[in-house]
Amino acid sequence: MNFLDLIWLIPLFPVVGFLVNGLIGKRLPKSVVGIIGAGAVLVSFIFSAGAVLQLAQLPAEERSHTVRLYQWFDAGAAQTLGGQMARFQVDFGFLLDPLSSVMILVVTGIGFLIHVYSTGYMHEEDGFYRFFAYLNLFMFSMLTLVLGSNYLMMFIGWEGVGLCSYLLIGYYFHKKSAGDAAKKAFVVNRVGDWGLSIGIMLIFVSFGTIEFTAVGEAVREGLAAGSFSVSDPLFIGIALALFVGATGKSAQLPLYVWLPDAMEGPTPVSALIHAATMVTAGVYMVARSNFIFQMAPEAMAVVAVIGALTALFAASIGLVQNDIKRVLAYSTVSQLGYMFLALGVGAFAAGVFHLMTHAFFKALLFLGSGSVIHAMHHEQDMRKMGALKNKIPITFKTMAIGTLAIAGIPGLAGFFSKDEILWKAFSNPQGHVILWLLGVVVAGMTAFYMFRLLFMTFYGESRVDHHVEHHIHESPKSMTIPLMVLAAGSVVSGYLGIPLWLGGTNAFEHWLEPVFEPLPITQAAIVEHSHAFEAGMAALSVMVALAGIYLAYRKYYKTSYRAETEVASYGAAYPVLQNKYYVDELYDGLFVNRVKDAGVGLWKFDAKLVDGAVNGSASLTVTGANGSNWWDRWIVDGIVRFIGGFIKTASWPIRLIETGYTQNYALVMVLGVLIIIGYALWGGQ
Amino acid sequence: MDFFRQHILTIVAFWPVAGVIVLVFLNKENKTLIRWWANFVAFAGFVISLPIWFWFDFENSDQMQFIQKVPWIQNLGVEYHVGIDGISLLLVMLTTLLGPLALLSSWDAIDNRLKEYYAFLLMLQTGMIGVFISLDFFLFYVFWEVMLVPMYFLIGVWGGSRKLYAAIKFFLYTLFGSVLLLLGILALYFAYPGMAAQQPSLAAEFGTAHTFNVLAFQAMGSFLPAGLQWWIFLAFFVGFAIKVPMFPFHTWLPDAHVEAPTAGSVILAGVLLKMGTYGFLRFSLPMLPEGTKAFIPLMITLSIVGIVYGALVAMMQPDMKKLVAYSSVSHMGFVTLGMFALNPNGLNGSIIQQINHGISTGALFLIVGMIYERRHTREISQFGGISHVMPVFAVVFLIMTMSSIGLPLLNGFIGEFTILMGALQANLWYAIAAGSGIVLGAAYMLWLYQRTMFGTLDNPANQKLLDMNFREIVTVAPLIIMAFWIGLYPAPFFKAVEKPVNKIVLKVRPDFFQGAPQLNAGQPAVPAQGDAR
Repeated sequence: MNFLDLIWLIPLFPVVGFLVNGLIGKRLPKSVVGIIGAGAVLVSFIFSAGAVLQLAQLPAEERSHTVRLYQWFDAGAAQTLGGQMARFQVDFGFLLDPLSSVMILVVTGIGFLIHVYSTGYMHEEDGFYRFFAYLNLFMFSMLTLVLGSNYLMMFIGWEGVGLCSYLLIGYYFHKKSAGDAAKKAFVVNRVGDWGLSIGIMLIFVSFGTIEFTAVGEAVREGLAAGSFSVSDPLFIGIALALFVGATGKSAQLPLYVWLPDAMEGPTPVSALIHAATMVTAGVYMVARSNFIFQMAPEAMAVVAVIGALTALFAASIGLVQNDIKRVLAYSTVSQLGYMFLALGVGAFAAGVFHLMTHAFFKALLFLGSGSVIHAMHHEQDMRKMGALKNKIPITFKTMAIGTLAIAGIPGLAGFFSKDEILWKAFSNPQGHVILWLLGVVVAGMTAFYMFRLLFMTFYGESRVDHHVEHHIHESPKSMTIPLMVLAAGSVVSGYLGIPLWLGGTNAFEHWLEPVFEPLPITQAAIVEHSHAFEAGMAALSVMVALAGIYLAYRKYYKTSYRAETEVASYGAAYPVLQNKYYVDELYDGLFVNRVKDAGVGLWKFDAKLVDGAVNGSASLTVTGANGSNWWDRWIVDGIVRFIGGFIKTASWPIRLIETGYTQNYALVMVLGVLIIIGYALWGGQ
Repeated sequence: MDFFRQHILTIVAFWPVAGVIVLVFLNKENKTLIRWWANFVAFAGFVISLPIWFWFDFENSDQMQFIQKVPWIQNLGVEYHVGIDGISLLLVMLTTLLGPLALLSSWDAIDNRLKEYYAFLLMLQTGMIGVFISLDFFLFYVFWEVMLVPMYFLIGVWGGSRKLYAAIKFFLYTLFGSVLLLLGILALYFAYPGMAAQQPSLAAEFGTAHTFNVLAFQAMGSFLPAGLQWWIFLAFFVGFAIKVPMFPFHTWLPDAHVEAPTAGSVILAGVLLKMGTYGFLRFSLPMLPEGTKAFIPLMITLSIVGIVYGALVAMMQPDMKKLVAYSSVSHMGFVTLGMFALNPNGLNGSIIQQINHGISTGALFLIVGMIYERRHTREISQFGGISHVMPVFAVVFLIMTMSSIGLPLLNGFIGEFTILMGALQANLWYAIAAGSGIVLGAAYMLWLYQRTMFGTLDNPANQKLLDMNFREIVTVAPLIIMAFWIGLYPAPFFKAVEKPVNKIVLKVRPDFFQGAPQLNAGQPAVPAQGDAR
């Protein structure tokens, strides 16, 4: 079977699942709903694997396969910036290349495991079918996002995952907090999309196309022909506009605020959407647009700085959170910051590598936390946990592996990918020692807060509520098996990219090379460092991580968790961190409430002034009409009546004779005749 | 069949009136019969309009088709002259589609003076179709004015608590605009013989006598003195801007919408507003190219203000129907923005968005109407958690919400994105400013959805609500299908409007295509993108 030409089916299978479960799922038994939901994703995974294997057999430079289904739309002639005409046409097409193959494998592979897990986790829920329908719809959107062959296809997925995220965060829609979080996620993302759509439009008017491969070629051709130059404001503008979109979807400063709230959704959703796949869409998009970012080093610097700052900022909030899912949420924001740091210093492959390894261990950690929450009867507060190690051993062991992986302990996936990023942040021409330093500090903080989570949850004295205590149970197989598979992935996936200094070949970077081929731009020469130096740097970051672990060990293992001691140890910083730097309050004050004020103000303006003018002119007309009436009655008609009256008065003598009676006239006539006759007879003398 | 084909526009336009004549003779007491008959007439009206779509020659969509031309008032040069191009095709089809749905939605909602109610709705239908098919300015004006009457009665008799205020406001406001419009028409009418005497090409095609021929006026547009165009544009502007409505002429709209019965709102938002934008497209732009150019800055400013302003005011409305009404102001701002970006993308998007607005906002008014029928209130604060009792309704509402806020693969996105693309080609800042409307659109619609559908079902009055019945599903289903059709495969719609749009662009900006191959020859304006690569 030629899977390469069938890649368009990959996003379509979940649509079938969505339709079946959405339309008739209510009447189906839960087991069937689960099989349809997970099965659709499994089929997508098989097709993805088949296509990727076939792609790998092609020579490296031919690993780009486009399948065009039909012309989605053709909106007519358009003027490009160069003054030429082009047509604004968009194909409904899919592109499989090394980058999208990594993405579809991650999305379908981890997606499948999370679907399986959900059959266990959501088993008690009434809206089981609804949940799986949404989840399948999400898979369709996410696969369209990463497989689309142009920016608008990507945008379909981009908005689609936003919708699914809205639906799934709001899954417990009877809770007001869930509804609020869902709306917040969508609207904040829309702010990002505003930037992204401007970016896409600018790409079209600059290159006359929005197909990824064609834009890439156009950039190369323009560069070769000398019509484009590095640091052209146009490229900086496009890159920054795209990046605004990325900060929304991938929860970076300043648009990260929706992600922690998104934890209102069921835990598998947090694992799938808010850790492993959707939130990495921004990373994917920037990596996909690497040819534009390479042309805009200033924008790259912005990406790197925002990434590093977000990593630090989110990690610091994560230090003191007590909700197990919130810790992981801030950790996700922080890890996404790492990925952007990598992209910003030009290490696109390293960013995508971390995207992949992170997908494994963060999905694992979220699902693990879900397993804990499941065991604890929906308790998420770590202050009410402790000593769960032996009660839910599989959950504990797998989560421990995930924690070690994210902390960057050598031998596990996180070490390889994080170390690659730190090294590139240091050694790449666009890198900087401060960026590296920030990265190392965050590594230490990550190790600290993750082990804090592990110790607070599984070690120490039990702080569990007595009613819950004896109900604690290990989760069913449908949940633990995905945990174990993901734990294996959290170790193994790192070995795809063993760096050269460890005697590896960095196969992962090689695989992505055709996509991230550097543009022929003269850059500062790469400073060569010895492998020993690189190893030393890696050792340093591991040491920092170990220091973080040791600190967590001292504070949360040796002495069991005490709220007072924790609060005291941070001093004045504690409330700031606990309240997330008051950013939500700040945004409410600066934007949300101001927009509402503007709405109310304009509404009043509309009613009083705009409509007032209309009603005013109406009442003016009425007043005018009354005035006219008066004028008409007393002046216009007044004059008429005055004249009439005057004539009437003046004509009084005449009226005496002008009586209107015929007999009077006859009388006068007769009198007249008599007078005339009399005159004729007697007047002559 | 030939007769039908040659007279199809007239038949489609006057079929509802023919139905009214029969309706008049039905027994007033037999409500079921009246309902069935009226709905049959409207539905048959849609069916007989279908051949227009299939017989329409999309390759020559810029040419007037199905033309009928009969002298009417000969000593004034008035003719009964009808015909459609791609633009009017879409609007006629939208009208014949929305009409029956509006009627169907009234089945349970209206119970008094049924005969009059349906008669007015059907007459309205004739008026609207007439507006979109008229090629004689006099005829157009007659339809334009005649249509006010049934709408006035629909709001004034079957409306809500402030129906008389709303009806009179609607009528007078529109009439005020119409008078100026009439002055503009007369100015063109009296200018024509003089222009024809000077321009042999004009005289050769349309004669030298007084005429109301729209095509003649369009041809005259290239020669008319700019000063005169300026004044006529202003007169037309007031007439059309009130109808659209553009900020600041919009305040009749929320009142009319809130007071009108559901069917009235659907027709009002779905079709009536399009008459204003259609007026700009058919008359202002081609007949007054110089006037248009002079007013672009004003028009763009009012459009963008309308987008943001409408969205912000919509956000804070406590009444659902008023919220949707103000959202119309915002959406129609997009339509006029695209139109006055005056490039093919902007105009194409603008027309597609007119159709989209008819579909999405029409459906939203149907949705609000359904909930109003059940609860007799539209206060958002009265609702919450409705998803629990009305799951099907929740899905339909969600789809139309997404359509309204421009989710890709639904109709709204196609229009909005194309408009923004056109706006950006005109000026980057237009697109950036208008883009804020998309963020705000998501905010007010999702907030509405959250407050009504999400949350707990704590209002006892809502706990026994029935989900949508079969008739209601049938009423919205066509609109959902249309939303997906345009979202997934908008090609036929773009194809219908592209050539007429290029013609308009060329009229206003003769150098726009810079010597590209002749547009009317059925060839693409520029090589397809595939060839360029």
